[in-house]
Amino acid sequence: MNALNTLTAHDLLARMQQGECTSESAVRAILDAIGRVDPVLHSYLTVNAEASLTQAREADAARRGGDDRPLLGVPIAVKDVLNVRGQPCTCASKILKGYVAPYDATAIARLRAAGAVFVGRTNMDEFAMGSTTENSAYGVTRNPWATDHVPGGSSGGSAVAVAADEAIAALGTDTGGSIRQPAAFCGCVGLKPSYGRVSRYGLTAYASSLDQIGPMTKDVRDAALLLQAMAGYDPLDSSSLPAPVPDFAAALKTDLKGVTLGLPREYFVGGLDPDVERRLQEAVAVCRQLGATTVEVSLPRTRQAIATYYIIAAAEASANLARFDGVRYGFRAAGSEDPLSLYKRTRAQGFGDEVKRRIILGTYVLSSGYYDAFYLRAQKVRALIRNDFGAAFEKCDAILAPVSPTPAYRIGEKSADPLQMYLGDIFTVPVNLAGICGLSVPCGFTAANLPVGLQIVGPALGEEAILRVGHAYENATEWHRRRPGSESSARQE
Amino acid sequence: MGEYLTTIGLEVHVQLKTCSKMFCACSTDFGVDPNTQVCPVCLGYPGSMPVMNREAIRLTVISGLMLGCRINPQSKFDRKSYFYPDMPKNYQITQYDQPLCLGGGVEIEVEGVSRTVGLTRIHLEEDVAKNNHFATWSGIDFNRAGVPLMEIVSEPDMETPAEAFAYLQALRQLLVYAGVSDCNLEEGKMRCDVNVSLRPRGQVELGTKAEIKNLNTFKGVFNALEFEIHRQADVLQGGGRIVQETRRWDADTGQTYSMRSKEDAHDYRYFPEPDLMPVVLPPEVVKEWESALPERPRQRRERFVNDLGLPEYDAGVLAADKDVGDYFEDTLRYVKRPKAVSNWVMTDVLRTLSEQNLPITAFPVKPEALGELIELAETKVINSNTAKQVFGIMLAEGGGAKAIVAARGLAQVSDTGLIEKVVDQAIAENPKSVEDFRLGKDAALKHLIGQVMRLSKGKANPQMVGELLGKKIGRG
Ligand SMILES: [Zn+2]
Repeated sequence: MNALNTLTAHDLLARMQQGECTSESAVRAILDAIGRVDPVLHSYLTVNAEASLTQAREADAARRGGDDRPLLGVPIAVKDVLNVRGQPCTCASKILKGYVAPYDATAIARLRAAGAVFVGRTNMDEFAMGSTTENSAYGVTRNPWATDHVPGGSSGGSAVAVAADEAIAALGTDTGGSIRQPAAFCGCVGLKPSYGRVSRYGLTAYASSLDQIGPMTKDVRDAALLLQAMAGYDPLDSSSLPAPVPDFAAALKTDLKGVTLGLPREYFVGGLDPDVERRLQEAVAVCRQLGATTVEVSLPRTRQAIATYYIIAAAEASANLARFDGVRYGFRAAGSEDPLSLYKRTRAQGFGDEVKRRIILGTYVLSSGYYDAFYLRAQKVRALIRNDFGAAFEKCDAILAPVSPTPAYRIGEKSADPLQMYLGDIFTVPVNLAGICGLSVPCGFTAANLPVGLQIVGPALGEEAILRVGHAYENATEWHRRRPGSESSARQE
Repeated sequence: MGEYLTTIGLEVHVQLKTCSKMFCACSTDFGVDPNTQVCPVCLGYPGSMPVMNREAIRLTVISGLMLGCRINPQSKFDRKSYFYPDMPKNYQITQYDQPLCLGGGVEIEVEGVSRTVGLTRIHLEEDVAKNNHFATWSGIDFNRAGVPLMEIVSEPDMETPAEAFAYLQALRQLLVYAGVSDCNLEEGKMRCDVNVSLRPRGQVELGTKAEIKNLNTFKGVFNALEFEIHRQADVLQGGGRIVQETRRWDADTGQTYSMRSKEDAHDYRYFPEPDLMPVVLPPEVVKEWESALPERPRQRRERFVNDLGLPEYDAGVLAADKDVGDYFEDTLRYVKRPKAVSNWVMTDVLRTLSEQNLPITAFPVKPEALGELIELAETKVINSNTAKQVFGIMLAEGGGAKAIVAARGLAQVSDTGLIEKVVDQAIAENPKSVEDFRLGKDAALKHLIGQVMRLSKGKANPQMVGELLGKKIGRG
């Protein structure tokens, strides 16, 4: 029998329902795993050992009393950007040191209502700005497949926690690929729901028009399970969509008969790592074998997506992060004589370089005289990108794409060259700009044994379609069952 | 100063009368302990998001309709960025280029001449917190942060401080009538920024303006403008140039002071608020609100004249203040005598209010009680002196007019037999006055009536007393 920490959420639930194990024992297995591997991997910023054991015992008692809520007793790791009542929420920034969230994010409240147990808070790039989890004020997180490599980001801690069996499942957030890319780099499943599918209330905003909360899991069924618990209109988030929430598990099928998959011409024209490209072609072939037909589609504004994304995201971030000023909560620099020096010192000392870079960029593009040339034009391009996807989805049900042009980078490899790092987001940011949904599933390994992810992109509110494709694919392959195992910590020595 | 033309424009901020704040469920009650009406949203906590207060939208649109504005079928909210401790998010959610209301005007009257001051726009935004400064430290009270604030921007359409003053009064009157705000100046619910510029007579384009910020009394606006116009005229006359700047009014010194010049003006970096959807107002909704608009002060004045037969003057006084007008009309529900009620409200009621510095809503004599009193006086159950006396008792002790009159035996005596007895007594006790009256001295009659009233403890019907005296003394 597998150790409990290695189980998927649905397997763990089945066992708990059968009385074969308890939530408490699962949480203990998780805590043990964290104790074993996290000193090296550093996926967690805080672990709520006592609180999660208490929660687990309560869940077990409830189950004995006949309670069978959909996530009752399932241990979940939470990216440190989401507010959980009574817990710190640092966003991996020094500027939020000492801040304790006074309320639950809506997604957290819904998972809580579904019975989930919150084991701890995962590391990330500061304020979700980055693709490597190197931009954390609290140290880097390491890729369990090769600990001298990054796990991707910004939800790197959540990806590692899931991939290294330090969590049953985790929550990430995705503004330009921050769920899908680390999922691909670490060999787990990551789902970025359509904009508005999951309430953003309680998600510390990076770029409000792009941010989404999503599950990071060991298989697609778990992604559907977590999404089910979180999705749906929230009156506290005006941008959440009042659309009905389908039964996502019912959409999971093992074949792809009648499904048309689009292959974007612009995504397969060189620039891809050869191993990544090979794994993708193999994945496309598997989908065809499962009954899917493929069709070429065109996304002509792909090249403009990066610039568009960095203008819009930075602009929104410059305002969203203005509130971190040392006045009401979090870090406050000492030695200030007046409000202005308080702001300057607090923000100079409290923010890391990448955050400062994006705040300055965002401030610049919104400045009087530059607004039209940058922000307004970016919004126009964004509309065109959305139209491109609209046209593509007239010809197909979902699009197959790479997640990242390369596998995981070496630690430090890209941190000196932000522009190179930004280009790594080329296949993920268009999905956020268009407000549509994307799923990353493991599709094999490079020669160096680094995971590769397959991205399945669906139209707005098209989660059923991508979950179906992802589930059928993974059902026909074994990639998602591979684990870094003990060699990860061994390699470090 | 005669060689310069003055141009004045006003930006008036009005707190709307909603139960909850603009973007959260916190209460808007005034005067509670600091930071007791706050939540993650109005404190700008990480992850919190604004939710639109529909009532604030409705009240702004109603204001717009009362002021003759065009209502924007689609408007949106924007972020206005600047750092200040009273701003929880260091950006304010406001409306930049698509406000709720456009155009419109306010009718004013200065020295008997009526004209309309044009409006540019009305938009909706959130109020900021209040900074309190103490000897060695400062505190911020976030109770006010996020209260719905309507900004009414006038055209640069006024030329004198008196016009600005009249504009503010007329605007306030209309907004109170609209029921959108109580416009309480002491509580800072109506605040004003003033733009003023001078230009030589004959010059078409406007001169460089100065902005005077955060004036919270109408008198302050008037005085600040007077000062600023003189200051600018002096500068221009001395061959100097006006600098575009923001100035501060100090009521204690009676002067304006420079705060910051245009060079260090903020770049607010407006951009559309991504956390809020655009506000779409279907024409049928606006029509429905329009059909239910409250009466305007002018309409009420006309109605008082035409339907109630009040003199223009009375109608003007009673309609000037909505609450006074309401009190008047409430009283009319108990006694259908408009002119009598008007007399009472305009004299006794308003005088007492100003003596005691009370708003009419807190006046101890309620419309029902006053109505009862007027009915007693008008039907001669009590005479007018007794009526004043009863009014005084109601004011001091409360109670209904009828009950007071009954308990104290104040009803006027109209019984001929009873009055005759007292009249006889008075004649017997005042032979000199009787003689004088007989000889044609009218003053003597007044004296005799006074004596009868004294003997009857004020209750005798004075008219009957006069008639009886005349008859008995033989001059009737
Ligand atoms: Zn609040």
